[in-house]
Amino acid sequence: MIDRAQVLHVARLARLRLEEDELERMAGELSGILDHVDRIAELSLDDVEPTSHVVELENVLRPDEPRPSWPREVVLAPAPDPADGAFRVPSPQAE
Amino acid sequence: MSAELRQLGVAEASRRVAAGELAAAEYAEAWRAAAAEDELNAFLWRAENASGGSEGPLAGVPVAVKDIFCIEGVPTTAGSRILESYAPPYTSTAVRRLREAGAGVLGKTNMDEFAMGSSNENSAFGPVLNPWDLGRVPGGSSGGSAAVVAGGLAPCAIGTDTGGSIRQPAALCGIVGLKPTYGAISRYGMIAFASSLDQCGPLTRDVTDAALLLAAMQGWDRCDSTSIGIEGGIGAPRREDLVGLRFGVPAELAADSVDAGVRAVFEATLGRIEELGGEIAEVSLPHAEHGISAYYVIAPAEASSNLARYDGVRYGMRAPDAGDLIEMYEETRAQGFGTEVKRRIMLGTYALSSGYYDAYYGQAQKVRTKIAADFDTAFGEIDFVVTPTSPSVAFNLGEKTADPLAMYMNDFFTVPMSLAGIPAISIPAGLAEPEGGGTRLPVGFQIAAPAFAEQRLLEAAFALEQAIGFAQRPGGGGDGG
Repeated sequence: MIDRAQVLHVARLARLRLEEDELERMAGELSGILDHVDRIAELSLDDVEPTSHVVELENVLRPDEPRPSWPREVVLAPAPDPADGAFRVPSPQAE
Repeated sequence: MSAELRQLGVAEASRRVAAGELAAAEYAEAWRAAAAEDELNAFLWRAENASGGSEGPLAGVPVAVKDIFCIEGVPTTAGSRILESYAPPYTSTAVRRLREAGAGVLGKTNMDEFAMGSSNENSAFGPVLNPWDLGRVPGGSSGGSAAVVAGGLAPCAIGTDTGGSIRQPAALCGIVGLKPTYGAISRYGMIAFASSLDQCGPLTRDVTDAALLLAAMQGWDRCDSTSIGIEGGIGAPRREDLVGLRFGVPAELAADSVDAGVRAVFEATLGRIEELGGEIAEVSLPHAEHGISAYYVIAPAEASSNLARYDGVRYGMRAPDAGDLIEMYEETRAQGFGTEVKRRIMLGTYALSSGYYDAYYGQAQKVRTKIAADFDTAFGEIDFVVTPTSPSVAFNLGEKTADPLAMYMNDFFTVPMSLAGIPAISIPAGLAEPEGGGTRLPVGFQIAAPAFAEQRLLEAAFALEQAIGFAQRPGGGGDGG
């Protein structure tokens, strides 16, 4: 029910590179899981409100008071390629 | 001497340390030495100095911490290659509060990668072995935390539970595991899997210790806007009977799917509840059977969003020589994530993608509303819902890895409580032979309560635990198989 082309599309969205054999396997496994999950599609729940958050909290705010954040060195310490006080990355593909 | 010290319960040990009768360093050393003999692959990192403080309700107690909790300067991998050499610059609130209560950190425990799994076979650093049978799984995703407590390598541990990841390994390892109400314990510093479901909780030898750890960790936290805490706090449970309490067995979470041995222990435990004066009733949770379907849409969907941050830019692994920016993202994630994580990211991305959002995620959220409402209705008639924690006892390594759905079914009884956000505990209720025969293995009994009713839950669990008197330990101590 989810074919190779769809798997490729989803993998692109998820920024995951899948090998050819992974693509095949993934299509099969996802189809199996989706078949099971599809049972909920048959339930009639038109008038039901979706729950995104189980606990009754709304708009939890705090005073807008600036506080010190972390020093730059601390944040850059685990970086794979820190440079000039920033995170260096490969360039995006030229258009 | 060291073995004697390790027999002390957490409450008693901390009492002695606070009273000056036992040195925190001595108690910590006994545990450090035990942890060093780990043959279960349960620890990913061990502290050289596990010593706690000499004051507080957890004075001197070294806690084993699932490797999903950030501790400043300490390797934190979430069981994944993508964070293999990562050390956070900050400490999670849960661990900070344990330390403020006097506890020390014994080590970081192995886990299913990013908390995705029910067997601890999805770790990038190898599976954890069940101390009851080294050829079997300890359960997951908090398999390491459960194994160290059951195996006598730690006095207590903390883990996380998103769909059952504390309760199920506790059941398979014969210990106590508690998932509190969503919002009871801050998630700050707890590497996120599914933000509307994840909860921190204790894995301990008994209900008293679980209450102690919960008391120390719970509470509103400025750094977690979804935290609330438990009004009135938590006190040591003391209840001796179950008179006047009603326990509901859900008709829809029925016995068919449960191994015969597990069903027998479950029913015997219902008998004990009645002996203690409790009342057993049948209740209906009409949508609970759809829990797995709803969960395996919602959790992967939230995970696909939460795991987008692992892209090789700011921390963690980056694939070398990968090409342009997008290729770097794709290659880093392909190399850094394991199979199950990729599977769930794909599932979640699909469920949230344009054209599918309403049919999958939207529908699953509605099922969630109904499951929560079913519990609400049930709690109008009964005080607790009870089920077996897991459909089977600990299974063999490799037994369920071929079919993802078969593995997901391990969460059948635990997922509904996660979706509803209500607290639930698993206590060891007896031993049973696995299907196919062999050495008897632990069976867990799950009790669930309404939101924020942890004290009542712990009281009932305590009374039942005392009556059951589960004293068996791995390696034949107490029962002889």
